[in-house]
Amino acid sequence: MTSPSIVLSSLTKRFGSFTALDRLDLKLEGGKCVGFLGPNGAGKTTALKLLTDMIFPTEGECFLNGISVQRERKRALEAAGVLIESPEIYPSLTPTQALEMVADLRGMSPAERKDRIPAVLEEVRMADWTHEKFGKFSKGMKQRINIAAALVHDPEIVILDEPATGLDPRGMAEVRSIVRDLKKHDRLIFMSSHILAEVTDVCDEVALINHGKLLFYDTLDNVTAKFSGGHSSVDATFARPVPERTVTDRLAGDADLLGCEALDTRRYRLQFKGGPTSQARLLRKLSDETLELVSFTESKSALEEIYMSQIEKGD
Amino acid sequence: MAASPPATSTAPSPPARHERTPVGSLEQAFKLTRYQLRDYFFSRRFILMMAIVAIIGAILTAVVGYYRPPAFLANSDAFYATLWGSGVTVVIVFAGVIFGGDAIAGEFQNRTGYFLMGQPIRRATVYVGKYIAAFVAALTAVVLFALVLLANGSFYFGAGAFTANFGASFVIAVVYLLALLGATFMFSSLFKTSTYATLVVAVLFLFGFMILQDLIQGLAHTTPWYILTYADSIIGGVFNASCASAPGTHTCTQPGPGGGFTSVVTNATIPEGVGIMIAYFVLTAILGLLSFEREEFS
Repeated sequence: MTSPSIVLSSLTKRFGSFTALDRLDLKLEGGKCVGFLGPNGAGKTTALKLLTDMIFPTEGECFLNGISVQRERKRALEAAGVLIESPEIYPSLTPTQALEMVADLRGMSPAERKDRIPAVLEEVRMADWTHEKFGKFSKGMKQRINIAAALVHDPEIVILDEPATGLDPRGMAEVRSIVRDLKKHDRLIFMSSHILAEVTDVCDEVALINHGKLLFYDTLDNVTAKFSGGHSSVDATFARPVPERTVTDRLAGDADLLGCEALDTRRYRLQFKGGPTSQARLLRKLSDETLELVSFTESKSALEEIYMSQIEKGD
Repeated sequence: MAASPPATSTAPSPPARHERTPVGSLEQAFKLTRYQLRDYFFSRRFILMMAIVAIIGAILTAVVGYYRPPAFLANSDAFYATLWGSGVTVVIVFAGVIFGGDAIAGEFQNRTGYFLMGQPIRRATVYVGKYIAAFVAALTAVVLFALVLLANGSFYFGAGAFTANFGASFVIAVVYLLALLGATFMFSSLFKTSTYATLVVAVLFLFGFMILQDLIQGLAHTTPWYILTYADSIIGGVFNASCASAPGTHTCTQPGPGGGFTSVVTNATIPEGVGIMIAYFVLTAILGLLSFEREEFS
């Protein structure tokens, strides 16, 4: 069995005079989760729609497991589970019937269906709603069913366009948990998202596009190392005002500390190098009863800083 | 050259996935029909359509029962020529509008197409599956209307209510339904907004084509054989109940002062009418499919 793969080859899409995607090349291979990032209008959804043959490229081609989506949509999409733009299902169908329809169209056997449909409904926390009609559900509940429909056939490739859209914070956390579980089964997950914390949490690699062009694609660790210069920053918050001098004295002499900035009388931002080991050491130096440290958290995720700097550079 | 990261994460051993036999496109179309029908049968539009048929049937039953018009009750052909011949075309147009008007446009507007297009299914399969479902739902309405009229016919004419002419007319009505739904689906595939699609279909088939037909006949004095509503006269014409509705070209005399007046009436012959209907079905199916194949879910 070969590894699952997604290839976007010289993919270009123009809507009149507007170029939504400009010769996008991207090759994803193997079981992993790739986050697809970019601001609104960057071309993320356009790329995913081209990848699933919902729209047609001006130039270029897409491949799922080596099969051209544009030339053999039916065969190419057999390996994929797709969720694009919060779709609707026929309102009179129940979640079970909707998933049976997917199972029927995909040729799942009755035995497989019997196993998978309840399991996947359980996975998206919709097991208590299996006999209600889809038309009655809230946006978040519909999105859960859509996620279930993308997963019911146990696909090798999962294409998700902002899957947490419409979900409450608990729902978002559950989507993350579902995606993490999916990674355990050698699936290639290609997920667009606006939520950088979500991408940092579940993705192994990240591709960033802006104005229809790919800015970078690499592993999360490589991206962080390459663009942040190896620096990190944390915000330390104390229970009561602490003089800046007191904080700098405590940290004086630490070779990895690059800077200490007062955000207000109770909060300080520390910049350092050396990763988690240095972070743990700085935490120890500030953790005593006299200072009353109440939190010590990353001030901004490395990915967020990189995202902002790269997008601003492109603009 | 496609971008790819320098290091690829090591994948765990893949679990055994189920081997599946790909489902053929025709089989997929029938499967889709089944789910679409389930959606239709539990929808308000189906209840509305059945209510329309029931109301039309009830009005016809009450009016004929109360007034007992001798011309209608002379024989079963005269009875069906008027009640079935005129009534069923209205039922078919309503059914076409209700089940077909937004069938394809609704996939874009209601976003159900985004769900279907994520599946390994050809666009043509979606089109055919939805067409069959709309046809079966509309046919249910036509059958209900036929049953209402047959029940009336049995009351007035006893065991001889179901005649060969009624059978032939029913078959022609089904062919007309095929053609009308074909045209409805074509218009529906040209629009991404259900309202426009439904409005255009309703206007065209409820009175647009008939006005056009009268204008062409009145102004150009030519037979508008290319308009579908010209062909639908054979549904009632098959009963040969009156000169004005009989298939073909006739000189008919209408009663009136001074011995009445004569006029030349041109109706489609049965083969012409069926041919026009089949041509409409084939052409609109091709155009509708081509249009749907090119539409983007953007």
